[in-house]
Amino acid sequence: MTSLLTFPKGGVHPPAAKGLTSHLAIETMPVPDELEIILGQHIGAPCTPTVNAKDEVKEGDVIGEVTKGLGVPLHAPIAGTIKGMGQSAHPMRVTAPSIILQTNKEISAPRYTPKDWHSQTKDELLKRIHGAGIIGIGGAGFPAHVKLNPPKDNPVDTLILNGAECEPYITADHRQMLEQSHEIVEGAKIILKTLGITNCHIGIEDNKPDAIAAMTAAAGSTPDARITVTPLQVKYPQGSEKQLIQSITGRKVPAGALPSAVGVVVHNVSTTKAIYDAVALGKPLYEKVLTISGQAINRPANLRVKVGTKVKDIVEYLGGVKPSLAKIVMGGPMMGFAVSTLDLPVTKTTSSVLFLTEEEIDTRPHSQCIRCGWCLEACPMGIEAKEIAIHVEAGRPQDTAQFGVFDCFECGCCSYVCPAKRPLVQFIRLAKMKAKR
Amino acid sequence: MPASTQRLLKVSVSPHVRSRESVERIMWTVVACLVPPLILSVFIFGIQTLIITAVSVISCVTVEALSQKALGRRITIHDGSAVITGILIAFVIPPGVSYLMPVLGAVMAIYIGKHLLGGIGFNIFNPALLARAFLLATFPVAMTSAWLPPLKDMAIFSYLATPIDAVVTATPLAVLKTQGLAAFTEHFGAIPNLYTTFFLGWRPGCIGETSGLLIVLGGLYLLYRGYITWHIPVSVLTTIALGTWCFGGETLFSGDPLLAILSGGALLGAFFMANDYVTCPVNRTAQLVYGVGIGLFTVLIRLKGGYPEGICYAILLMNPVSSVLDSWFKPKRFAPPLGGGQ
Repeated sequence: MTSLLTFPKGGVHPPAAKGLTSHLAIETMPVPDELEIILGQHIGAPCTPTVNAKDEVKEGDVIGEVTKGLGVPLHAPIAGTIKGMGQSAHPMRVTAPSIILQTNKEISAPRYTPKDWHSQTKDELLKRIHGAGIIGIGGAGFPAHVKLNPPKDNPVDTLILNGAECEPYITADHRQMLEQSHEIVEGAKIILKTLGITNCHIGIEDNKPDAIAAMTAAAGSTPDARITVTPLQVKYPQGSEKQLIQSITGRKVPAGALPSAVGVVVHNVSTTKAIYDAVALGKPLYEKVLTISGQAINRPANLRVKVGTKVKDIVEYLGGVKPSLAKIVMGGPMMGFAVSTLDLPVTKTTSSVLFLTEEEIDTRPHSQCIRCGWCLEACPMGIEAKEIAIHVEAGRPQDTAQFGVFDCFECGCCSYVCPAKRPLVQFIRLAKMKAKR
Repeated sequence: MPASTQRLLKVSVSPHVRSRESVERIMWTVVACLVPPLILSVFIFGIQTLIITAVSVISCVTVEALSQKALGRRITIHDGSAVITGILIAFVIPPGVSYLMPVLGAVMAIYIGKHLLGGIGFNIFNPALLARAFLLATFPVAMTSAWLPPLKDMAIFSYLATPIDAVVTATPLAVLKTQGLAAFTEHFGAIPNLYTTFFLGWRPGCIGETSGLLIVLGGLYLLYRGYITWHIPVSVLTTIALGTWCFGGETLFSGDPLLAILSGGALLGAFFMANDYVTCPVNRTAQLVYGVGIGLFTVLIRLKGGYPEGICYAILLMNPVSSVLDSWFKPKRFAPPLGGGQ
């Protein structure tokens, strides 16, 4: 038995599929001819364009701004000419407004050199992080500067860096922890300074021993930053914010509350790297490390691409897809979205694109619930998925709050284990939508 | 994608990978676990147990297909659940009954007990036990006078040639109930030997309930595969053992707990009937309470009721309580919202 930390209840063990890409160093993909930069990349208000058609922009120029509400600016990923405003395909919203940028590869990229950031005040740091367009790029897309400025009545004492990366297939964080461990640790120190605390844990699942070693080596502790690497048991959804906090600190974030309610702030390791880039290099967030994987892509890879790069261009760069392709998923296999087009642009929150074969997926039709109770055992939140599903099927989604429908963060463990193949997460999504009305 | 390779992509909701387990796999594994006791029953009671079981399985599958066709539902006879019901119906009837019994049982179990209530997952009562209760109530003589003594010398075809009336015997629980312990030991042998012969299955009883060993092995395999948990079998058997020890003897605390578990259908009920997914509670704590309830009713019926055996009715009595128990014992939520609410 292992003594590694984990959350006590629920979770599943999907078959490991990280071996396709975990050994592949991050490579930079050549900039394609055209980028489609979606205006709404984060939770909150989408950006309003600050450029017009035919404008020339340089790499890192602001091209979109949020004037009202929660949000961060958007930057040009590369020099070029604004071709116009468009509608891009979007994995969740079908289409979304975007800026179309004709890239100009003649203009060389700006050089970013590290500068000392220690003299900056908390407000200056937050301003830089906001100005660089940093959001949680682990998936949620929550503006980073807001997380770094927690409500005053909840004193924060611990920073947790999420390096769990529990979704099968995805290795983008793994490779960044391996190749950019010093930048991540420096980013952690920046975050600790903005929060005014010294205690940081980096949670990494035990299936990435090389990343654990690299981060441990980089995490030299000083009086103003005690950074500990905490290996965690391999169990999905170890990287879920609430489960990660429980695994490492034993604290439970109450339903409907933020992690700061229990004195914790969580950032993804790749967000932390982006914060380092923003503060130490002055480089805005307009690139993204992605895992392109699955049995149906000719060449799996960990790619650094410009935000706005279309999946089509990535597929072409990696030598196309195999005839066995059955499903394309933006994001991980547990929480990602199946898409029907290659014309989708990469956003700041895209962590992977998977090209899956029939053998890797499972689209068997579902049958009636046999009350095996496996969904209850698998749910880390103690939600009664089977009851919610039965109520939704019976046309009574409004009665599902009692079964914990609003605690669900849609990790998919219940659907994963269901022997009747019932789309329990989807029933819960429907219940949430209908119950809110 | 180039037009030449253009095909339709699948687009469905997350998660996109799912566990390999399926209803079919669970059901057919249970069927596999029921095969060894079935084979042994041929050696204990003769080849007609196999014929009864075959009649029962074929009737159940046919009734399932006809019911689904009649009710306009997808035909799911390949999922194995009707096969299990068929085997279990045969397992809980005496080995000397006429072949009409399992056919009637199948109609009761599958059409009335299962499909009229909504099909798999919606039946309140365990279909096989419903069939047994129905047969016992409507054909009491046929269902209580067809017990056969175990065969000697492996003559598995012997009962086929003999009229059943010539060989009928009484079950251990019936002897114990009506004639007492002295007659019981005279009939079936001294206690220490009894444990072994009963555990191996060499005693009169229903077709599938006699071989404790093979039933326990099948149950342990299901436990190993994670298809069942220990909660219901352990609580049922512990309660039967404790209840019998307390009240099953001439005086308090003089009953024989081991004999109580080895005789009748206690083991089959605890491992293959009481923990039927559809009709038992899903919450672990609720399952413990449910199991204790079954154990108590079993002891009560065996000692004070009108039948020598009680587990069938005990399970049927607790079946409808499942959903109540589930609403009493809800899973523990991760963390309540601040300041109560919801």
